[in-house]
Amino acid sequence: MRALPVLLAALLFAPQARAETVGSKAFTESVILGEIAKDTLEKAGVPTTHRRELGGSRILFDAVKARRIDFYPEYTGTLRFELLAAQHLANDAALGPALAAQGLALTRPLGFSDSYGIAMRADKAKALGIAKLSDLAQHRDLRFGFSNEFVDRKDGWPALVAAYGLGGVRVQGINHDLAYRALNAGQIDLTDAYTTDAEIAAYNLVVLTDDAKFFPPYDAVFVIRSDLSPKARAALDSLAGTIDEAKMRALNRMVRMDKQTETAAARAALGGGAGIDNEPTRFERIAQRTIEHLALVAAALALALLAALPLGVIAARHRRLGSAVLAITGVLQTIPSLALFVVLIPLLGIGAAPTIFALFLYSLLPIVRNTHAGLTGIAPALLDSADALGLTRAARLRRIELPLALPTILAGVRTAAVIAVGLATLGAIIGAGGYGQPILTGIRLNSTPLILEGAIPAAMLALLIEGLFTLIERRAVPRGLRRP
Amino acid sequence: MQHKTEGVEFWPPLASLSLIDNMGTMIILSSVTVRYGGVAALGPADLVIQPRQTTLLIGPSGSGKSTLLRTLAGLTDYTGTLTVDGEVVTDWRALRQKLGYVIQDGGLFPHLTARANVALAGEAFGWPREKIETRIGEMAELVGLDMVQLARFPAELSGGQRQRVGVMRALLRDPQILLFDEPLSALDPVTRLRLAGELRDLFARLGKTVVMVTHSLREAMFFGGCVVLLRDGRIVQHGELADLIAHPADQFVTDFIAAEEAL
Ligand SMILES: Nc1ncnc2c1ncn2[C@@H]1O[C@H](COP(=O)(O)OP(=O)(O)OP(=O)(O)O)[C@@H](O)[C@H]1O
Ligand SMILES: [Mg+2]
Repeated sequence: MRALPVLLAALLFAPQARAETVGSKAFTESVILGEIAKDTLEKAGVPTTHRRELGGSRILFDAVKARRIDFYPEYTGTLRFELLAAQHLANDAALGPALAAQGLALTRPLGFSDSYGIAMRADKAKALGIAKLSDLAQHRDLRFGFSNEFVDRKDGWPALVAAYGLGGVRVQGINHDLAYRALNAGQIDLTDAYTTDAEIAAYNLVVLTDDAKFFPPYDAVFVIRSDLSPKARAALDSLAGTIDEAKMRALNRMVRMDKQTETAAARAALGGGAGIDNEPTRFERIAQRTIEHLALVAAALALALLAALPLGVIAARHRRLGSAVLAITGVLQTIPSLALFVVLIPLLGIGAAPTIFALFLYSLLPIVRNTHAGLTGIAPALLDSADALGLTRAARLRRIELPLALPTILAGVRTAAVIAVGLATLGAIIGAGGYGQPILTGIRLNSTPLILEGAIPAAMLALLIEGLFTLIERRAVPRGLRRP
Repeated sequence: MQHKTEGVEFWPPLASLSLIDNMGTMIILSSVTVRYGGVAALGPADLVIQPRQTTLLIGPSGSGKSTLLRTLAGLTDYTGTLTVDGEVVTDWRALRQKLGYVIQDGGLFPHLTARANVALAGEAFGWPREKIETRIGEMAELVGLDMVQLARFPAELSGGQRQRVGVMRALLRDPQILLFDEPLSALDPVTRLRLAGELRDLFARLGKTVVMVTHSLREAMFFGGCVVLLRDGRIVQHGELADLIAHPADQFVTDFIAAEEAL
């Protein structure tokens, strides 16, 4: 227990070596680009840390704004239509000034666009002489199978129909992952795709040219802090125009289909030889994540106990205040965890600190509620006896009330601990590590073994904690309070 | 120890008890009223409780007996004044130091052993360990419990043993005032009779000011002393039991006595 504050301090205030930090989103392409950037900077003599798989665009954007990371790969379309949507920017050129106002800048485009496109088997397209989207008007009998999302989006299929005069074409909704297989098997002829999907390379598909410029550009760039060191910036700009769609597809394919690491893909992209990978063994990985996971849960629980016990006592003492405290902790519990993480980034950054804080908030309710219930559930006659004995308020609380409420309080802490073990896996999306990391990667790479590498230890840890609490209860709860 | 629990003769000779004060403590209530949510559960009550005597509070269920007793220990929010030994009570902790309070089933804390329950009475006022140990030894003998029994938790004792522990705890500080709330009602008839006899004897020997809520006239008769009959929070009649029976104050007292005799 003595080590805990030290551990906490180390997690929260670890001095960041003054190197640049690149973040990446939780999908393959972003992680590869992060690795490419890291390698490029290091070759240029700038030490670089890569914080992989930090969740979605909003999290990365907030992180770079809050100076928790120095840059990350992004798409111009995402900036225009999601992150800066409120500013209704007319074109990509308007992004520069808009970002400058927030202390950010863009590097020059890497050379590919990851936008929506319509994919078709290369052989079939060739046979029918289809190369552009405008050619489709002559081939209305083709079978169109689109993801439900694309069919439903206002700027998706309905807009595409209007732009290319495809009215009356029959469309069938299909799961995006199945669409490629259906296309390959000849069950459908066309589907929506991202222009750099690995499957386009793997299944020998073509993306039809968007000759009416219907799909907005999603040019890959790096969003950087304006005051990024010139050396780092120059290194990133040297990547401009070096990766086209075909190359990006091939890199995605290396990772997603050929099961190579993002690091290997990045080396391939930069033309470096296959370096010696010091990949930790599975056991080392699990051990490392167990430490990270336990640190998150233990720190959050320790803080929660410090706050929740007094809150529970106050709630039990003052009826009015008590309902307010219970209501507030109850509301905290209902905040969606993802939303909470995002809100916390500007305040606490990314990594362990916001995760611990979020887990702390979620742990409050079970402990406060059980402390309150345990204390208010004590028979009034026993409190009378304690008062008549002449115990002071403080002595009564310490020697009578808290011990009598102990089994209920422990049950609350146990609930909080088990919830925290589960929720801590979500911390991986903001770079807190732990068992969430392999789960996140596993979902991204569609790899069940990787998902299990996180899920099984997490479940075992939850069971272990249950067992630990059974032990604590046996030791801490006096015989007189135990059910026979 | 079992052989000591039979009858009266096991009580140690008076001389071995270091704790008898000769004056006794008188309690005076004037216009004492206790309200719960605007409704008066007790009073306004005026009452003089005589020193070194046993005063019995009787009355039907809900008549305010427990409320009156709890008020004497400062456990209620009352209005009016309570005077003990000529002084209006303001410092309850000081008064509680010379007061013992025992409720039905002993009121023991389930998470503490019998011994720890008793010791708490000394610890509450910062008594040194040795003094507490000495007193526990004396009191255990007084109420007929041995060290093995004292090492048990309340749930591991019989109802009668729990009540003895409760009495022990109340006596530890050698208080001048003893308050009992139906101490016998959770016991079987045989145990009740034995404990009632022991308590009656104890009261007689210790010369404390005792206030006891009892269940029945029969019990009141057994203990003797003054009787306070309550009804709907008001004191209906106060005096010797024989007087109460001979000269009931009103029809309610007559009916109460009749009901007791009928069952
Ligand atoms: N904590 C409380 N809150 C509200 N009302 C109470 C409370 N305690 C007692 N009362 C009420 O005060 C009145 C007197 O109760 P009290 O317990 O003194 O009766 P009693 O004479 O001891 O009855 P019994 O013989 O059943 O123990 C009852 O009407 C009871 O409902
Ligand atoms: Mg009562």
